[in-house]
Amino acid sequence: MNRKKARKSGVTKPVISLKRTGLLDYLWKVQNEHGYIRPDDVAACGEALGISTIEVEGVISFYHFLTRQPRGRITIYLNNSPVAECKGFERVREAFEMATGAPFNGVDPTGQFGLFETACIGLSDMEPAALIDFYPFTNLNSLKVRDIAAQLKQGASPAEICDSVPDHIRSVPDGDKAILLREYSPGDALAQLRNRAPESVLEELTKSGLRGMGGAFFPAGLKWKACREEPGTSKYVFCNADEGEPGTFKDRVLMNSLPGLLLEGMAIAGYAVGAARGVIYLRAEYRWIKDKLEHTIEHFRKMNLLGQGIGGIEGFDFDLRVQLGAGAYVCGEETALLNSTEGKRGEPRNKRFFPTQRGYLQKPTVVNNVETFCAAARVLQLGADHYLSTGTAGSPGTKLLSVSGDCRLPGVYEIEWGTTVREILQQCEADRPHFIQLSGPSGACISMQEVDRTIALDDLPCGGSFMIFSRSRNILDILRNYNRFFKHESCGLCTPCRAGNFILEKKLEMFASKLARQSDVEDIRSWGNIMKLTCRCGLGKSAPNALLMAQEKFPEYFESIVRQNPERLSKGFSLKDAVREYDRFSS
Amino acid sequence: MNTARKTTDRITITIDGKKIETERGRNLVEVANENGIFVPSLCYWKHIEPPLGTCRVCTCKIDGVAGPACTETVDDGMVVEATTDELVDARHAIVEMMFSEGNHFCPGCEKSGNCDLQHMAYEMGLRQTRFPHVFKDRLIDFNPQRMIMEHNRCIKCLRCVKEVFTDDGKAVFSFRYRGNETRVGVDYDQEARLSDQQAIDAMNLCPTGAIIVRGALHAKPFGDRRFDLVSMQKVAPVEEPKITLPKAKKTVATVSLAGCFGCHMSLLDIDLKLLDLVKIIELNKSPLNDIKQFTRHCDIGLIEGGCCNAENVETLREFRRQCDVLVAFGECAIWGGVPSMRNTIPLGECLEEAYLNCSTSMPDESFVPYHEDLPKILDKVYACSEIVDIDYFIPGCPPDANHIWKSVLSLVAGEQLPVLYSEFKYD
Repeated sequence: MNRKKARKSGVTKPVISLKRTGLLDYLWKVQNEHGYIRPDDVAACGEALGISTIEVEGVISFYHFLTRQPRGRITIYLNNSPVAECKGFERVREAFEMATGAPFNGVDPTGQFGLFETACIGLSDMEPAALIDFYPFTNLNSLKVRDIAAQLKQGASPAEICDSVPDHIRSVPDGDKAILLREYSPGDALAQLRNRAPESVLEELTKSGLRGMGGAFFPAGLKWKACREEPGTSKYVFCNADEGEPGTFKDRVLMNSLPGLLLEGMAIAGYAVGAARGVIYLRAEYRWIKDKLEHTIEHFRKMNLLGQGIGGIEGFDFDLRVQLGAGAYVCGEETALLNSTEGKRGEPRNKRFFPTQRGYLQKPTVVNNVETFCAAARVLQLGADHYLSTGTAGSPGTKLLSVSGDCRLPGVYEIEWGTTVREILQQCEADRPHFIQLSGPSGACISMQEVDRTIALDDLPCGGSFMIFSRSRNILDILRNYNRFFKHESCGLCTPCRAGNFILEKKLEMFASKLARQSDVEDIRSWGNIMKLTCRCGLGKSAPNALLMAQEKFPEYFESIVRQNPERLSKGFSLKDAVREYDRFSS
Repeated sequence: MNTARKTTDRITITIDGKKIETERGRNLVEVANENGIFVPSLCYWKHIEPPLGTCRVCTCKIDGVAGPACTETVDDGMVVEATTDELVDARHAIVEMMFSEGNHFCPGCEKSGNCDLQHMAYEMGLRQTRFPHVFKDRLIDFNPQRMIMEHNRCIKCLRCVKEVFTDDGKAVFSFRYRGNETRVGVDYDQEARLSDQQAIDAMNLCPTGAIIVRGALHAKPFGDRRFDLVSMQKVAPVEEPKITLPKAKKTVATVSLAGCFGCHMSLLDIDLKLLDLVKIIELNKSPLNDIKQFTRHCDIGLIEGGCCNAENVETLREFRRQCDVLVAFGECAIWGGVPSMRNTIPLGECLEEAYLNCSTSMPDESFVPYHEDLPKILDKVYACSEIVDIDYFIPGCPPDANHIWKSVLSLVAGEQLPVLYSEFKYD
């Protein structure tokens, strides 16, 4: 049972040398080379790490982009997010099957194309969208799919023919109020560190009231300070670039348009907390941004904005690397993200310690998302007073929203905190809005009765996703899409999340087959609240949110889809449906 | 936190308003249970550090925040709510979820009577699950040399993953996949390297019958198994209320749908009380007196078995119409039971295997029976409560005779008779 001792006593020299923290990268490497991870690769990993192969299998099978079977020479992942469903997902799905000859979740007989579905890929402003060999293809329709397939069959590489992804920055606050999306020149923020002690940086940040922008809104200054105060010299700064919440893509835009700002924010964090190493955990769906990030890192090193003695400040050493994820929404949870970077299954940890106490490799770690680091850099550059002059008293500063769905101008909007939902709907020219989902499926949904509420911490906090569904959309379809998403993305560790989402799915099927009664609506409420009370991490706790809120906000809709005055003799059961399968044998 | 563990200073915590003096740093689940406050847990295993916190059954409110008690060490002044209605309900729900999520056929399980999951459900007195059973199709892994990995019974507590290693420190088990596909994978090479005792330890570590070592489990008679007789909760023995048998008789109808008549046999096991029974009830439609049709409206209907065909559905609905109180007695009526083993496989496949592809079927001569006189087979076996409203549930396969007697007597006399722990079984 003593694993460390055992590793040393290994007799034969392993074929490859590998560290556990490099496992994910290695698995990517062999998969990129061979199209899948072969049994030999699994064995080699196990041997190199001194662990059993089943443990390696456990890691591989956790991530949906890693595969033990060939997935075609060209692998197509079509996004099935709720926005995609609104924009013609079904037709595109059929078009892909027709054009490639592969069935979904399978490979065509020649082994050329593999077709798979995947959750939101961060291109909600250009749906339907797909990743082909991890290159983005956007605004798909049947014709375009046919054309893409034809080109690929003729030997074009996805890298050549993929779409360039515009940033779609639609609006920034007037005057000098834009915080994030304003002019940027490398080094401006880092220059502020000169003649400034780390304590003073923390003070500035705390004064600004900047909070984590991932959705939990924990005060960044407090987090950084806690990390600084932990003993030890080995500390880490982690950027959570695993922007997986369906409907969110503002971090994509930040990394694409202002990668330097992110690096500066992280370096500042390193300076403030006393960490010399950083990691950007980039979701695999954004693999196409990785090169850009790495080029920027290289460029920053050359400009002495990363590396040793940054900006001529003695003792200010900070460098970072990009860790590519492998397809798991739950890795956006900070402790799951740390586990994943350590080469483990991306399961959230028990909440015994904050990452600032025991994070990556049990060392004090600051984890913030892309937007938070960018905002932190701006706070330093512009000063806390400038930051405080925007937004509201309770929520200073600005917020990036990723607006998608039924509107004419989907894209990224930088808004001051305190902006009303109505203003946003007007700006993006929403089409007959009816059901608005804030912060993604795990967030809150609102009806048109609430459009005068404001996006603010004390009213409607929003992590960034702003999905608009018009009157013509079916609310049940949206909710079932959310539920499928959570069922699939649950890490499987705790009962209420693993089983609860599965059980809710069965219940929602009953609604879809028009067999539900009013008591089923109440069941969902009661079961959802049990999940909220008992789940292990934010994923499970927030999975039933949309379902619960939709019931509260759209009671008339739920009334219309349940059977009124149902017979006592027939609960959610239809004899006709139940004997259909047997009737096949009638002839 | 770990340093606090080593000190042994006395502290006081409050659980459900009760002041408890204990040592700093001890595990909250243990402290609560030692002090007579029932906090059930399924994944918690004393030697696993840090505790797993996977099953969530021990969820309490600790200083106002909901979280599992098993991952918590006690500290001075800690205030814990352990048995509020909300928490008890949530706890029951989680254990019910495990039953709905897995495929737990207690009467056919080697671990029955020694199973932690079953035990917890007994302690909680769970009669049925509020959730429909999902009947997910899972394979059983017979590949390991000595073990059988019965995925249907696994509750993903993580105990084996964190605790079972070979002598040179390699994991034998690991979680694979995720979401509702999550299952425990076995490393066949490493499993082969475990000693016989280590393999048996792994089996005993498993809270359910998911890890079975071939030939190492010997069935024990009822009464000799770990969880058969005595509850772990310290409850004051209840005086059985003296019930005077009511004068007016109630009419009772019984039926066996997709069942084996075992529940009816168990009903006859009440021995001499049968004489009392005939004093308080009058049987209408029932296989016991062979009355085929209802001749009048009844007070109580006892249903054995779930619904596997259209005729069952018809009969069940007839019972619902004709009876004031409908009781599902036995596991099959409650959630499908043994006949629902087919539910994980599509009906078409079941029929083809049984009639067309079996070893005795003749090519071109075999067919799946289908005739207007035959009741149509349903796509799966349904629990009675999925089709009509059921008022009361008597678990067991078959239910204990005393349990049936007490339930019927309670319904007739209108007074609740307590069912003993030892009379409450799923097998």
